[in-house]
Amino acid sequence: MITNENKKLAQWAMEYALKNGCQASRINLYYGSNASFEVRDMKIDRLEQASENSMSIQLFVDGRYGTYSTNRLVRQELERFIKEGIDATRYLAEDKARTLPEASRYYRGGQPDLEMNDPRYPEIQPDEKVALAMQTCDEIMGKDKRIISSSSSYSDGQDARYMIASNGFEGESQTSYYSVTGSVSIRGEGEARPESYWYDSSLYYDTLIKKGIGTKALERVMQKMGQRKVASGSYPMVVDNLNISRLLSPILNALYGSSIQQKNSFLLDKIGEKVFGENFTLTDEPHLIKSPGARYFDGEGVATQRRPIFENGILKTYYIDTYNANKMNVQPTISSPSILTMPLGKKDTNGLVAMVDRGILVTGFNGGNSNSTTGDFSFGVEGFLIENGKLTQPVSEMNITGNLLTLCNHILEIGNDPRLSSSWRIPSMLFDGVDFSGL
Amino acid sequence: MAIVGSLIAPSLLGKPLIPTGADLAVTIPFALEHFGVNESDLKKVIAAALEKGGDYADLYFEHSFRNSIGLQDGAVNNAASNIDFGMGVRVLSGDQTGYAYVENVTLEEMMKAARAAAQIATNPSASRHKVPNLTEKAIRQNYYTVQTPWDEIAIQQKMPYLQKLNDRVFALDKRVIKVMASMSDTTSHIFFCNSEGTMYYDYRPMITLSATCIMQDGTKIENSRAARAYRMGAEFLTDEVIDTVAQEAVKKTAILFQAIKPKGGEMPVVMGAGGSGILLHEAIGHAFEADFNRKNTSIFSDLLNKKICNEHINVVDDGTIPFNRGSVNIDDEGVEGQKTYIVKEGILTSYLHDRISAQHYGIASTGNGRRESFRCMPIPRMRATYMEAGNVSEEEMISTVKKGIYAANFTNGQVQIGAGDFTFFVKDGYLIEDGKLTQPIKDINIIGNGPKALADMTMVGNNYAMDNGTWTCGKDGQSCPVTCGMPSALVSKLTVGGES
Repeated sequence: MITNENKKLAQWAMEYALKNGCQASRINLYYGSNASFEVRDMKIDRLEQASENSMSIQLFVDGRYGTYSTNRLVRQELERFIKEGIDATRYLAEDKARTLPEASRYYRGGQPDLEMNDPRYPEIQPDEKVALAMQTCDEIMGKDKRIISSSSSYSDGQDARYMIASNGFEGESQTSYYSVTGSVSIRGEGEARPESYWYDSSLYYDTLIKKGIGTKALERVMQKMGQRKVASGSYPMVVDNLNISRLLSPILNALYGSSIQQKNSFLLDKIGEKVFGENFTLTDEPHLIKSPGARYFDGEGVATQRRPIFENGILKTYYIDTYNANKMNVQPTISSPSILTMPLGKKDTNGLVAMVDRGILVTGFNGGNSNSTTGDFSFGVEGFLIENGKLTQPVSEMNITGNLLTLCNHILEIGNDPRLSSSWRIPSMLFDGVDFSGL
Repeated sequence: MAIVGSLIAPSLLGKPLIPTGADLAVTIPFALEHFGVNESDLKKVIAAALEKGGDYADLYFEHSFRNSIGLQDGAVNNAASNIDFGMGVRVLSGDQTGYAYVENVTLEEMMKAARAAAQIATNPSASRHKVPNLTEKAIRQNYYTVQTPWDEIAIQQKMPYLQKLNDRVFALDKRVIKVMASMSDTTSHIFFCNSEGTMYYDYRPMITLSATCIMQDGTKIENSRAARAYRMGAEFLTDEVIDTVAQEAVKKTAILFQAIKPKGGEMPVVMGAGGSGILLHEAIGHAFEADFNRKNTSIFSDLLNKKICNEHINVVDDGTIPFNRGSVNIDDEGVEGQKTYIVKEGILTSYLHDRISAQHYGIASTGNGRRESFRCMPIPRMRATYMEAGNVSEEEMISTVKKGIYAANFTNGQVQIGAGDFTFFVKDGYLIEDGKLTQPIKDINIIGNGPKALADMTMVGNNYAMDNGTWTCGKDGQSCPVTCGMPSALVSKLTVGGES
């Protein structure tokens, strides 16, 4: 979708910036289109469609740095915008750490296509999209007398990006995406109206799961009937593959160079230390074909590579971009994760549940947060009480509270069921001794 | 394209002439020129939007520019600007919506968008070809009159304030090791017209200022954040506001070194005045948004005009507080900003309506139809949501609690509209033991159920306060600026996170 004309505009903007007082620059160009159809009770409720573009210009001026973005891609306006950006940047404090990456670290091309873009994208007709949303809604509508609202949606889109940097980087990428969602509300006990959903997403239309999404949403909401709090206490906890990434995301936040440089990380000064249990191994695998999150270069153009993050509980690396590497006087790595993988166990969520005598399966989070410098967390949860390896009682309105360092030293078992439609391929997990607050 | 060049760019240095909402006579001609459109083209686009038989159409034009500066490691060393420009076409057919937007505001592109959105209707024979002449709906009261537009303030005039904020935070406590501060001002020009012949122009300023403070005490490191946000011009920048934010950031961080995680479970919670309004936002505000009630999916769907809590409780969603981050002169579908009682003397008196839900219920919209940008359709959103003051002192309230929690500062919250379960994260607070505040606590989530929590609110304080922090509400993928406020209040039972 990036045309030669688009590329010329970016190159022109770069030259214009360099001619007008800027010593280095990086330009990002974005073009995207998207469409979505929402169905409620077998009627189209919302239809949305759009395409858009934007340009982001990073300016390095006299040892100072500013970033300027606009969706007005008209040369005359860009000229003024860039000039004003350069003028504004000059007033800032000098920051010698702001540089482009060493050119030797850039991705130089020559690797096989990651196949992120579905050639069928332009072919899928609106009628087919609507039919898919209708079919998903139809799997819910009228299937139970307690149903209040049956909804579904289909959405798709395509993003194209082009990036150039003045010290010799040029790269582009194009990605398509599709998703189908079913959601349902039912009449519960008293005034309560439990709701649930299910979805699938894919880079390719042909591999998008098109059947059973509504049915699964309905099944999930029916299981919520009669949710209760159970007694506060320490329980073994299974977290399913849909929710595990949310629980572990503060770990990734703690690995960013910006967090380390600002001393805003509970994993500060822990490289080479065994911070988590022996079974915690996490790897960044950026080059998996046809996989969400795959890429050959990061937001700075730096070439990605396979990278161990944790090996048997030992922290191996941080995500350090050029700026924070310069500031801390350390070697840069890569600015952010691409695809996260873990060695898989032998059991799926049900298998993990079967291992538990008395515990709780978490199937949804409700709010909560964590402390970035200590790793303490507290999250609202819902799910099921597990007794003798079986789900016996839906639970809700409870909190889990603890510390991520402790939690990840108490992983009893890692599952085998990561969702491959997500760039964080983290399977369900069983933890020991988690503090639940309820009754 | 007939765009006034000098008004397109974020004028970091220039001084363009922009009506600031006060001079109504020039607003519509200004807006038409600014967006490069004329009335006859607008009517053509509206007609195209209705050509498949839609009942109603509106066009929403937006030009926003944001300038931010950031301080890190003692120096204001980064700046960012963003320009966002475009228009959205919405078509309603009954309660169904078609929406499309364009960034390139030419007649041809607008017609394309209009025809895409028109597809929501399927009865071309009902097409209404006559679009009435457009008449300005004047903004009767401007809740965010600007004295000094942000365009008139250059970056070098803003920088010293961030530097002062940094220096003040460091001066307040020797344990401060890092300060991250930022300031971001946004100016939006909004022009709207619809198939009923209404049009308006609104000028919307916004400023946010924040400081994150990181302190080290021995080997322990803690951080917290303080912020202020208003719909105001550059007159916002004063030494007082810098000092307030600095004091607050340090105070909120320092207390964490003494704080513990409490023992969890069900217990009474005294909500401190101000930010505790997050409880209202999550426990009832969202569930009162009429899109959920129209679909019958809110836990409050059958409770309109019923008593839901103590008769001393009055809850308001208000778009008319001067300079408030949640205020709206006129909402994003042409309805005047207003103050709406959602709970009056304990009775659920009104949902929060947009055009679609108001039509569904056969009443007037409450002016809650808001959108994140021209890329989004309006939906019912809160504005400033708060509880009016009651008559109990906070001390008296605390004295009635034998064992519980006092919640002082919050970071975020969430709700499940149908089940009613809501949560909020308490960054800091205190244990209450035998009627007194004792040990500081931190980092715990509190969870409750909306109708139950409201019914369990037994005391309302006489110390109402609005929290003017950078509250941003997310719904259907759209972010919207809001605020919340509350007097201190006692909830007799909530589930507090903590150790077992």
